[in-house]
Amino acid sequence: MSVAAVPYEPATPAPATGIAGVELSGVGKKYGQGESATEALRGVELTLPQGEFVSLIGASGCGKSTLLRIVAGFERATSGSVKVRGKPVERPGPERGVVFQDYGLFPWLNVADNVAYGPRQRRLPAAQVSSIVDRFVKMVGLDRFRDRFPHQLSGGMQQRVAIARVLANDPAVLLMDEPFGALDSLTRQTLQEELIRVWQELSPTVMLVTHSVEEAVFLSDRVVVMGGGPTHGVPGHVTKVLDIGLAHPRDITSPAFNDLKRELLEAIHHPAH
Amino acid sequence: MKKLLWALPVPAMVLALWSFAVSQQWLTLIPGPFEVLLAIIDFTFGTLYDDAYSGTLLTHLFASAGRVLGGFFLAAFSAIPLGILLARYARFSDLVEPTLGVLRPIPVTAWVPLVLIVFGLGSHSAIILIFIGSFFPILINTLLGVKRVPQRLIEAAQMLGTSEREMLYKVILPAALPSVFAGMRIALGLAWVVVVVGETVGVPNGLGSVITEAREVSRTEIIITGMIFIGLAGLATDKLLVNGVRRALGNSPLLPN
Repeated sequence: MSVAAVPYEPATPAPATGIAGVELSGVGKKYGQGESATEALRGVELTLPQGEFVSLIGASGCGKSTLLRIVAGFERATSGSVKVRGKPVERPGPERGVVFQDYGLFPWLNVADNVAYGPRQRRLPAAQVSSIVDRFVKMVGLDRFRDRFPHQLSGGMQQRVAIARVLANDPAVLLMDEPFGALDSLTRQTLQEELIRVWQELSPTVMLVTHSVEEAVFLSDRVVVMGGGPTHGVPGHVTKVLDIGLAHPRDITSPAFNDLKRELLEAIHHPAH
Repeated sequence: MKKLLWALPVPAMVLALWSFAVSQQWLTLIPGPFEVLLAIIDFTFGTLYDDAYSGTLLTHLFASAGRVLGGFFLAAFSAIPLGILLARYARFSDLVEPTLGVLRPIPVTAWVPLVLIVFGLGSHSAIILIFIGSFFPILINTLLGVKRVPQRLIEAAQMLGTSEREMLYKVILPAALPSVFAGMRIALGLAWVVVVVGETVGVPNGLGSVITEAREVSRTEIIITGMIFIGLAGLATDKLLVNGVRRALGNSPLLPN
């Protein structure tokens, strides 16, 4: 543990303080200047305690992906403050792992090297890198495929690699932008179950953007409903926050589950304001 | 081995047709395959005729290959960095690209007189011409390859802790590699075209000069011999490039088989 390439704090063990995993206050985002400026987000207040799993849901254009990209550091908020573990977000970094819908794996690296990328960037010793790779490749069930290249894998397997790749950095926050949106529904279900298993084992704070009400209810501690957007003439904003309060594993056919789905659908399609 | 067997019928048929056409005297100005085979043997080993071409293959082959590789590597070492700069820096691109846009359509053959005036008769001119011919395919492919690196890969690398300084080596070059490599292969093929053009004037050796001089003394079998060796040499350098890049970069899935 001598030279670190980038400022980096390991996420485990989690400090037992009251510092929030993610803290957004008054977050707004404007594109452009003056008359032609469009306001994508306004006044977003949201605090995720460490280890909480929160989904963002809402119609297209409501700014949920923009919000996620702001937390990731790919875009800067034009107003308000964005803090992860008490530190203002200025740029992308390994303590905030991002899982993209289109995976974003490095096609010239095999599975093991994709997973090793982050630890190597952190200049960890080779022995430590290989034990981290072993651990997370196994955790996502790809032990037999570690020498394969991304194009040789199915979409579901590629997304597992992408998840293992960010977990290898021991991130405090996992940011997932419609991670299962491109997968068939069976693969999707399997990966949702595996995500819950991984989350329970490692307890990162998770922010997940989804279009699926069922996915949001199945996975999250809380669901944040967003509304507005350019087609509505108002900037994207939070319209409702719903506590799920069901124990894992969740039964998607249970009445309680469906009540929550109905409540969410109602909030998405007929926002109170 | 099986592939080799599949490759044989086509040349065999060409040889048969050629031989038949000569024996029927349909082709009267062209020698038959057997005469050419003897010329190849004599050109390579120098045991049959003991004339100006006997046993001179290696001299000419090395002369041409040296010019090809010299001009090609000169082009690669200048066009790859320039392509990266053009793709990465809009201001630099605004400054340089219009000029390159005018230079690019000028065919290598149009450069010949000017290059001969500036560099004189000899090897230098051939190398410069090969450089000009190889430069643009490598430049354009590098430029496009770098520009087309998916933004997603850059974001992925950023969130995994890659600094802006490291991005070029860690992501942009590996991602652009297939395109750069394709440009290099096209350029190397063109280099063999240009070397023949470059050797038609003012150089005493090289496969291009062999076929030019053989025409002047009506040694058609030597012309065909020269053509065959140019083809084989082009194939060999292409294989060397592919294998060399493969060896240097490991078994990247982005390279052709």
